Amino acid sequence: MRVLAAGDAALLVETGDLPAAHRLHAALRAADIPGVLDVVPGEATVLVSVDPARCDLGRLAARLPSLPPAGYGSQDVTVEIPVVYDGEDLDEVAELTGLTRAAVVARHSACTYVVAYLGFAPGFAYLTGLDPLLHLPRRPTPRTAVAAGSVAIAGPYTSVYPSRSPGGWHLLGHTDTPLWNTHRTQPSLLTPGMRVVFSPILTPETCPGGPAGA
Amino acid sequence: MPDVKISEVLRTGMLATVQDLGRPGYAHLGVPHSGAADRPSLRLANRLVGNPEGHPALELTLGGAALRIRGGAWIALTGAPAPLLVGGRPQGMNAPCHVPAGALVEVGVPVVGLRTYLAVRGGFWVEPVLGSRSTDLLSGLGPPPLAPGDLLPIGPVSGLSDLAVDVAPVRPLPGTPELRILPGPRADWFTPEALRTLTSEPYEVTAQSNRVGVRLRGPALARVRHEELPSEGMVTGALQVPPDGQPIIFLADHPVTGGYPVIAVITTADLSQAAQLRPGTPVRFR
Repeated sequence: MRVLAAGDAALLVETGDLPAAHRLHAALRAADIPGVLDVVPGEATVLVSVDPARCDLGRLAARLPSLPPAGYGSQDVTVEIPVVYDGEDLDEVAELTGLTRAAVVARHSACTYVVAYLGFAPGFAYLTGLDPLLHLPRRPTPRTAVAAGSVAIAGPYTSVYPSRSPGGWHLLGHTDTPLWNTHRTQPSLLTPGMRVVFSPILTPETCPGGPAGA
Repeated sequence: MPDVKISEVLRTGMLATVQDLGRPGYAHLGVPHSGAADRPSLRLANRLVGNPEGHPALELTLGGAALRIRGGAWIALTGAPAPLLVGGRPQGMNAPCHVPAGALVEVGVPVVGLRTYLAVRGGFWVEPVLGSRSTDLLSGLGPPPLAPGDLLPIGPVSGLSDLAVDVAPVRPLPGTPELRILPGPRADWFTPEALRTLTSEPYEVTAQSNRVGVRLRGPALARVRHEELPSEGMVTGALQVPPDGQPIIFLADHPVTGGYPVIAVITTADLSQAAQLRPGTPVRFR
């Protein structure tokens, strides 16, 4: 663990890897330290922002290595998201990867993903664990509008657009599961560390053996 | 509800939004902190009219706004110094000012600085989202920017402090602000000269600046490490450096994570000055 100052009101802690970042993130939340305002995991870091009047950064840094691990946390939760694999880019992804449409769907829905961190938009979770055969660069020209619920991939990540926004990821399908709702106590369905599985919903259009596939 | 006072927006200037102290505590869910870009000015405006410091007020960008308060109220104007007319008569800034029922409140264009704050006793009581009434221009949370014709309810005044201050002493904004920075967290991704350049040469504030960030133009900051930085949490005041070497200062609506290295962070004490940087003017760092 390497602790860097990010100005006079935050520490950036290098944890080495993602699981260690999630453990520290969970431990900091469980410790509920007075004056800590925000705890944000990254790919191999945790940013801890404080109110400097209520929390001394030096003392906080000294305390980090000995924080007791959190008990039950988001890492123990698996969320299942049903997906209709009817995305606009499914054919293109199949072509770029050299797979069939069915194989793209099979590989995308076979993995158990982990919520690495959130960013880009409220409730937008970067999920790791994507099959390496599906790693593709972003689309050269982003779409000006991607519908809420779109299931997409880019680079080593998959995600679900929580609300309508511009986006440059490849669209594989959509889900009706709401990911973001500011009226809920917990506005985001997904939080760092959670596990996510996508379960394909078969429709006549997406089922290879169905009428449309015949 | 006959007791609810309403203010009617007549003109907004370039951009007018409702801002309070934002949405801390949700950054891990991708929610920007948001809130007033110049927090000390928001707090002062609220104190002057007897509000709690974090009450929602108006953040005006380059002034130019006008509104009418049905029923009258106490207001205060702080931040970038701009002419204030109430019922056509000039009034001072940084002081509580009584607006008679139906009188027009007009804020002119500031001579220096960028953001002027208008607080009303009771606060601008729009619908809160995740505990804040702030407009977040990056994520779209909170009310949309104000438009002519908008009606803003004013919050309750019962239980508020009495007005205690006649006028608050405020330091004038400098022509060339000098912002104090602390190196890191990724200063080691840059050449040693980069930090020296940053603290010796002036940078120009460009027009591509908003509540998300202030884009600067000046000597490029060269990197020694050229690989991609894994995405990490970002703080307000961070000087993030994209591949073109031109730094961006993150303000209130900045994204919660980013993938470009941060060479230095502006001290908390100087963040309000960063929020007042005006396009076309120079800024220095030390």
